[in-house]
Amino acid sequence: MTPAAAVSLAAGHPGFLSPTGVEIAFLLVGLVTFGAALVTVTTRQLVHAALWLVVALGGLAVEYLLLTAEFIAWVQVLIYVGSVVVLLLFGLMLTKAPIGRSPDADSGNRWAALTVAVAAAVALVWVVVDAFRTTWIDLNGPAAGSTHVTGESLFRTWVLPFEALSVLLLAALVGAIVLSRKATADTASGGTAPVEAPPTAPGEKEGAR
Amino acid sequence: MHLAYPAVLSALLFCTGLYGVLARRNAILVLMSVELMLNAVNLNLVAFDVWLSRAAKETLHSGQALTLFTIAIAAAEIGIGLAIVLAVHRNRGTADIDKLRDTAEGPGTGGSGIEDPGSSAAEKAEATA
Repeated sequence: MTPAAAVSLAAGHPGFLSPTGVEIAFLLVGLVTFGAALVTVTTRQLVHAALWLVVALGGLAVEYLLLTAEFIAWVQVLIYVGSVVVLLLFGLMLTKAPIGRSPDADSGNRWAALTVAVAAAVALVWVVVDAFRTTWIDLNGPAAGSTHVTGESLFRTWVLPFEALSVLLLAALVGAIVLSRKATADTASGGTAPVEAPPTAPGEKEGAR
Repeated sequence: MHLAYPAVLSALLFCTGLYGVLARRNAILVLMSVELMLNAVNLNLVAFDVWLSRAAKETLHSGQALTLFTIAIAAAEIGIGLAIVLAVHRNRGTADIDKLRDTAEGPGTGGSGIEDPGSSAAEKAEATA
């Protein structure tokens, strides 16, 4: 498309220099989210990384609300902020992560990683802006992602994938339990006292971990 | 709202997660970066779904359904990933992915596993387990 055609196509929409209130809010929350994500991947304190991840994921929930996807926003708050970050914190504690600053949080190839990430960011942002600078989301009218709309589409069109997903979640749960329990069972049976090992022995192992 | 705003934010978040996956050394921090990348994809899906639900009259809301599926799969992934990391930490005593070089190829990596007594002991313990 020629530049003139692009300009005429964009003329029907507000430009980037006169943002609406929703856009300003989106931009501010987006800056907070991006900053929190940057701190998450660069901080040397492992627990702080998990806590900044909460800020980034909560900011994303606010972005979903601004995009009128209410149900996704609350699911994000429930699952990510509520359970995934708690799981990550448990993992950090169970692997005896250092509480203070750990000097070896970043590996030696961080400059190569930075080069790759910046190159990917530049390429992606350039392509995305070039492709969608004239596209306008109309946020007026009824919400596109209210619980009614999402539930209707989920249980009319996407029932089979939804049920398959529940099976996948069950399989993942069982797999996680098997992965977590295998070593303790083997240690209990491969130890010096296999017969007299009471059911308290795995419990003690759990506590010791 | 311009579609470029959520798209650019999603691209930046994805590249942040990419940097974290490549540069971090602790396995749990790598998992956090993977979560960031998945969330960037979710934001893209939601933004395009909202745009398409306005642009087209008949829509299946596939973007939001896919976002819910991605969130559920991410929850499953973090559970399995943490179980694996905990198992590795129990066997090796470390969650440092730079030290897990048993299947690494190339020069200089084969000798370190043999010379390191702790690593060989851990391998023996794992073989007997």
